Amino acid sequence: MFPKIVAFVCNCCTYTGADLAGTSRLKMAPNVRVIRLTCSSRVNPLFIIKAFERGTDGVIVSGCHTGDCHYSTGNYYARRRFAVLHDLLDFMGVEPNRVTFSWVSASEGNKWQEVVNETTERIMKLGPAHPVEAQQEGEAQ
Amino acid sequence: MKELQELARKLLTEGTVKVVIGYEQGPRGVRPVFVTDAADCEKLIFDRRCVTNLATYLNPRRKPIAQLGKAAIVVKGCDARSVAGLIREKQVERDSLAIIGVRCGGVLEDPEGDAELTSETVSVRCGGCEVREPKLHDYLLGELPPEPPVNPRRNEQIAALMKMSPAERRKYWDEQLSRCIRCHACREACPMCFCVQCTADKSQPQWIDTSATLRGNRAWQTMRVLHQAGRYVDCLECERACPEHIPLGLLARFVADSVEPRFDYVASDDPAACTPMGVFRTDDEEEFIR
Repeated sequence: MFPKIVAFVCNCCTYTGADLAGTSRLKMAPNVRVIRLTCSSRVNPLFIIKAFERGTDGVIVSGCHTGDCHYSTGNYYARRRFAVLHDLLDFMGVEPNRVTFSWVSASEGNKWQEVVNETTERIMKLGPAHPVEAQQEGEAQ
Repeated sequence: MKELQELARKLLTEGTVKVVIGYEQGPRGVRPVFVTDAADCEKLIFDRRCVTNLATYLNPRRKPIAQLGKAAIVVKGCDARSVAGLIREKQVERDSLAIIGVRCGGVLEDPEGDAELTSETVSVRCGGCEVREPKLHDYLLGELPPEPPVNPRRNEQIAALMKMSPAERRKYWDEQLSRCIRCHACREACPMCFCVQCTADKSQPQWIDTSATLRGNRAWQTMRVLHQAGRYVDCLECERACPEHIPLGLLARFVADSVEPRFDYVASDDPAACTPMGVFRTDDEEEFIR
């Protein structure tokens, strides 16, 4: 199923929001694999690099709106790291559009639906990520 | 440089320090030297060929140097920022150091060269230097030289890269990084790479391919420069250490150019200043977040 998208979401807001979208029976693209983390500041840039290495076409990183973090300040630190990562990925030639950063709260099932649909559509237009690199993998996974 | 030699001799004879980390004339250009004997102080020099950032020898990873005892270190204004960084991040104690600041009017790109400073031979980091006189010092030597010429090469390279499409940029970095042999010299030379265990050396879980595949090389360099975000002081040790001449300075400079305006930060030699990635403002820009 093209494209393959991985979502790193925080437990307290976006995961609950995605759950709300599901229980509300909102229709959305089925391409997103959700990975639940304790906080958006748990997202190590290596998660995103690794996801792309292993054949992901797009990544969603989502957490609580600023000021709403369960741990008070986690997403403020995360925001700084994401800003640098966002710029660096662009400089190294990864289309910045492949990574969606968003804040989705526990009550925003609709917004999660929008983020998923919009990202899937965007990645469809961009096409598969790094076909060259995938061919160069010479080792057992 | 008589002043420097005399000061070093005085410090060593009085026993204030056990070792003086400085520069000497080697067989192929200027190289770092560790003077432990007051009789060897005449080796010490300082001029435009003293390119190396000696702060890298204060890094706690370098145990043999730490074992020598209290050190005096010769620092240029730019190197003082590394020393401040190490103090700030609790890697060295201020009291365990004697900092010999030297006023500097720019250094050469090539430590083995002996050219005059022109806009072609001067290091790309020297243009517009605002720290010709280090603020963090115990002793300050030399006259304040005139401003160094500006070498525009690096800024032009970054601007040219940013004009390319993402696919072209990717191709450029693929070509550059596929040469990487994963010797990790960039890490070893870096004054601010001080993790006890590097993520690149971990095997459980293995985050980064240990062999020199393009995939692993990209992940390694991406991670390395991200870890340097907010620590970078533009010393270019990584680029000089690279046996494959990969333009690592471009990556590091780009990240610094991204961090500095975003978080209103400039690398400084004030050990009390904040590290930008360790603090936040509630109104940080988030134009890239939807």
